[in-house]
This record gives sequence, structure tokens and C-alpha cells, in this order.
Amino acid sequence: MQTSTHSHRTERRSRGGLLHKLSLASASALLFSSVSFAAPATEEVNTTGLAVTDDTVKVGILHSTTGTMAISETGSVQAEKLAIAQINAMGGVLGRKIEYIQEDGASDWPTFAEKSRKLLVNDKVAAVFGCWTSASRKAVLPVFEQYNGMLYYPTFYEGLEQSPNVIYTGQEATQQILSGIDWVVKEKGAKSFFLLGSDYIWPRTSNKIARKHIEKLGLKVVGEEYYPLGHTQFNSVINKIKLKKPDVIYAIVVGGSNVAFYKQLKAAGIDMTKEKPVLLTISVTEDEILGIGGDNIDGAYAAMKYFQSLDNPNNKEFVAAFKEMWGDDIVIGDVTQAAYLGPWLWKAAVEKAGSFDIDKIKAASPGIELTTAPEGYVRIHENHHLWSKTRIGHAQKDGQYEVVYETEELMEPDPFPEGYQ
Amino acid sequence: MFADYTTTELLSIFAMQGFAGLILFSVFVLMALGLAIIFGQMGVINMAHGEFMILGAYITYITSNLFSEYMPGLFSMYFFIAMIIAFFATAALGALVEWSLIRHLYKRPLDTLLATWGLSLILQQIYRTVFGAREVGVTLPDWLMGSIPLTDMIDIPINGLFVMGLTVLISVSIYLLMFRSRWGSQVRAVVQNRPMASAVGINTEKTDRVTFALGCGIAGVAGSAFTMVGSTGPTAGQLYIVDTFLVVVFGGAQSLLGTIASAFTISQSQSTMEFFLSGSMAKVLTLLFVVGILMIRPQGLFAMKIRR
Repeated sequence: MQTSTHSHRTERRSRGGLLHKLSLASASALLFSSVSFAAPATEEVNTTGLAVTDDTVKVGILHSTTGTMAISETGSVQAEKLAIAQINAMGGVLGRKIEYIQEDGASDWPTFAEKSRKLLVNDKVAAVFGCWTSASRKAVLPVFEQYNGMLYYPTFYEGLEQSPNVIYTGQEATQQILSGIDWVVKEKGAKSFFLLGSDYIWPRTSNKIARKHIEKLGLKVVGEEYYPLGHTQFNSVINKIKLKKPDVIYAIVVGGSNVAFYKQLKAAGIDMTKEKPVLLTISVTEDEILGIGGDNIDGAYAAMKYFQSLDNPNNKEFVAAFKEMWGDDIVIGDVTQAAYLGPWLWKAAVEKAGSFDIDKIKAASPGIELTTAPEGYVRIHENHHLWSKTRIGHAQKDGQYEVVYETEELMEPDPFPEGYQ
Repeated sequence: MFADYTTTELLSIFAMQGFAGLILFSVFVLMALGLAIIFGQMGVINMAHGEFMILGAYITYITSNLFSEYMPGLFSMYFFIAMIIAFFATAALGALVEWSLIRHLYKRPLDTLLATWGLSLILQQIYRTVFGAREVGVTLPDWLMGSIPLTDMIDIPINGLFVMGLTVLISVSIYLLMFRSRWGSQVRAVVQNRPMASAVGINTEKTDRVTFALGCGIAGVAGSAFTMVGSTGPTAGQLYIVDTFLVVVFGGAQSLLGTIASAFTISQSQSTMEFFLSGSMAKVLTLLFVVGILMIRPQGLFAMKIRR
């Protein structure tokens, strides 16, 4: 254990060297996988004592099913269970059925760390799918690095992080923000922006990137405001928006505040279905609209990588399977889809490496492609984030988004964007 | 700061800001009245106040679904019925809680804090089990949404007017009930001296139960009204509890007039500062201001003069 901890520290210190090693290793792993057979012997595919038997492999699901974050994390749990069920129906991973152990992080960050230690040390799971808020990810990160576990993290987040032990299946901030702003400038002729957010790291970092980008384009930010999490009275800031008359309201409000913000925006007579102002958000998925109400957000635009209404065969199949498992009235948001990718990406990495060993999966992960993803094609970057397209959705009365634009190329994940910090 | 704007713009902004402050004031009063009765009059620190409000919100949600299912023709009027049901349902739950939990703790008021906090956790988990962890969307009748445009700049939100009207109605009713009715004088007698009130023949147990139920019922109506401006989810009650206690304590726990005065002070200063500074900074300054005043006047703005 001591040596492994030590080797991680050195790995993190010299990222250039690590990337070099990773690409070498992934090349060699590719050679191995082409000669591997179905259901190889357990001692070959599991040299580090993980919970792998001749016909099963244990993984962990770690989300909040109680407490304030349960609202958001429920969808991710459902998506991960669906992916696992589908993989098992196809015969499992390396001929082994996946069994999951679900733990409840209870919306409490120390509990997340405690439960992840339990999953890694006591249960010896081969991978963990979980966490939602950045705070919970930051809490479990040292545990995953110390005990060398593998975490698949689904949420779009602020970036500024890269760990060999985490695969980030959601978008980092620049992927979501840059193309969204480019779109609104090009298509809507936007010249002035009002930035608004809940007061914590994700909205603040995201707005910083947005502001830099807007100013680089030679356009104007006429206001930037933050409100505490859970704030429910937005009348003052709405007045300010009315006074400044921005072309775009760029909103990163989260949680219960969202509902209050959009209801009050509508009540104050700001009609988002009109030409101006355009409301562009990166925080409202179909999940949030359930609480806000389609009537109240009708006409807003959102920039993210997945919408339930995406029109492609993968997604149709995914939505149908999801509804069959969890009920017809369910909606699927961006993070839910990203969570669904986790088990599939892990399966692909295990098969490429021909092993459940964490170090081999780490090495095999960069370059892994998924052509069956509901959002379309994705690929793991060497920085453990995903190459993915960004789409713009137009909110409809029925609570769904209509996709009005998607980037032609895959957006490169850039968790440490130069010139944006 | 004002140089960029024309006089008309400035005037309309002041008008709208004033109105925003009044809406916030109404919201604060509505939140705090129920707690002022329970905490101020009875001395029970009711940490489950937010959850009683959310019960009112969920009842509104159920009522709206029932109406759109069975009586779509009457849908535009459902909100009034929902508020009445919300009042009686939360009052009934309040009476049950008082009977099973609170009445055993009147002699140990600090313990009510822990007991009601536990109650709030239990209620949250019940909501989560029954209604699901996600927030529910309450569909409002069309006439409650939207705004009345007065000029180009000024729009008056209808739901804001509605909340203000409701606040006036409830405040006046409480005033009449507490200070102009026989029952009100019994409540005040019990609050001031329980053994003496009992000795002159007041049924203190019954008075306590009805008072607690009334406080909870008002919380239910408030929660029902807040579906217009806020979110309805298992933990949404937590969003209100801090502000509610702030208003009640700042006003002087035992004075209903103090609650209203403090709601006015806090809401006006907060909405003014929110306009000139950012939201988080406004909150910080408001809290500092309240702490400062409470250091000088620990008993709050209005204190009852009683001999100790």
C-alpha cells in the first residue's frame, strides 16, 4: 500500500511523463486485448485481490439517496443500474456478471469519503460509479488515490481537476460554455451579457470562463451576480436585469433556487419566447424542469451535451429501455445520460486491458471509444475527460428541449484552460 | 452609479424596487407569523416549521392534480380551496404533534429544539418516500401568473399582489383573534403565567393545543402560497427556516407587532442592498446588521414589559 501511494504522488507531480507512459501502455494493452479469450481465468485478470470470482465481479454505486441531493442523484443511480442490467444481459464483463453494492452518501461529504473507503477496502469493488456534486468528488478523491480505486463521475463540472483514478463522463466547463456563447453570438446577434449564478465554485468558475470568452470576442458583460444556495427571492436582480437590458441572461442557478428564479422571471413580465432577452443556461436539465414547470421556462436555451429529445437510434433505444425499467413518466437529463456511460466505459476499458486490475484500466482508458452512447460518439481523452459534442436545446412547454444546434466537431476537454483562469 | 440612466428609468426602478421589497416583506411576515405564535407565545422552538410549510405546498400540489383530473372547469379557483385544506390539514398535524410530543416538553423548552428537529427529519423522509425525492411542479391557474404592465419598465407581478393581499388578511385575522377575542386573552394569560391561568379556570392544555395547531395551520397556508414563488420538494422547508427564525428573534420573540416590524426592516434593507451590491453580500450585511442590533438589544426590537 505504501509503495502504491508513493508512486501516485510521483505520477501526479510529472504529468508529461505520465501521459507518455499511458500512451505506451495503452498501445501495448491494445495488442493484448486482441488475443484475449472470453472468461479467462480469475488469477490472470485479477492480480490485486479485487472482488472478482470466476463468474461475478463486484462494483459500487455511491450516490445520495437521502438528503437534499437525492433530488438530483436519483436519475444517475437509475441510469447506472440500467447500464449494469444491460451489460449483464449481454453476458457481463470478461464473462463475469456485474453485481453492484449500493451505498448512500446521504448528501453529506464526509459520509461520501467514509462509504468510498468501505467500498474500496472492505468490499474491494473493481470500480465505483458515483458522486454528483464537486464537493462530494473532492471528498472521495484522496480515498480513491490512496487505495487505488476507479471512479466514474457523471456530472458536468467546473474543471480544474484531473486524477488518474477518475474518469469524468460529464463535460468540464469549457466544453459547455464556449460553444454555447459562440452560438448565441452568431445566431442571435448577442452583444451584451448578464451573468447570474448560485454562489459556489461551479457557477463562479464557469462565469469566469464565460466572461473571459465574451471579452475576447469584444462583447460586453453588463452585470455579474451571485446568490446564496437556496435563495428564493430574485425580484431585485430581475429589476437590475430589466434596467441593464442585456441581450443574453446567462444563468447558472441551481437547486431549489432555480424554481424561484424562473417563476419570478416570468411573473415580472420577462417573456423568454420573445426575441430578446435570450436566456441561456448550463444548469437546467429536463430533471430540473419537472420542478420549475415547462410553462415557466418555455423559450429558454440550454447548452449541454445531451437532451432526451436527441434524434438518433442509440438514444431512442436508450430512452425506451430507461422508461421500461423506471416508468413512463420519467425524464432523462444530461447527467443521467453521462452516468449511463460510466459502466459501459469501464466495460470497454476492462476488455481492452484484458484485466480488472486498476492500473491496467487506467492505462487502457485513454482512447476508449463508445459508438453506442445515447449522445452519439464519445472518446476518452488522455486527461480522462470525454471528447463530446455540445448541443443547444430550446425549452418547450412540455418540459422537453428541442435541439436547435450541435457542434460539428467533438469538443476537446480542457480542464485547465489557458487564458481562462 | 446613476449617471448612465435617464430620470424616467430611475423612477421606475425605484418604484419596482419598492414593490420588490414589499413582496419580500409579505413573504417574511407570512413565514414568520406561524412561528411567532408557536415560538413567541408558547416558547416552543419549532425547528419543523419549514416542514409544516412544505406540507401545505404538497397539499396544494395534490389539490391541483385532483382538480385538473376531476374538475377541470373549476381549475382556476382551486388555489383558494387548496389553501383552506392546507390550513386544516397542517393544523390537524400540528395538534397531533402537540399531543404526542410537545406537551411533554413544556417544562424543558430547550429540548423542544431537538425534538422538533428530529420531527423535521422524519417529515422530510416521509415526503421523500411519498412524493419522491425530486421537486414537484405545481401548476398554477393562468390568472395567477404573469404581470400587469403599468409602463414600459414597470410590471407588477400578480402573484406578488396575491401574496401581499393574503398577508394582510392573515395578519388582521391574527390580530383580531389574539387581541379582540376571549380565546386570545386566554392564550396570552397562559403565556404569561401558566399556573395562575390554570388556577382561574382556563383549560391550559386545550389552549396550548389550539395555539400550536393555529401556528402550524398558518405555516401551511404560507407554504401553499409559496408554491407561486418557490420550489416544492422534500427539503425545500430548510430554505425558509433560517430567515423565519431571524425575523422572529429580531422582532422580539413575544411581540407579534415586533415580528411585523422586523420583517419590514430586514426585507427593505435586504432588497435595497441586493440592488446595489450582489446577492451574497446583501445577505452578509443584513445578518451583520441584525447581529449588531441584537448585541445592543438582546430582547429584540419590541419586548414585552413583564416583571421577572
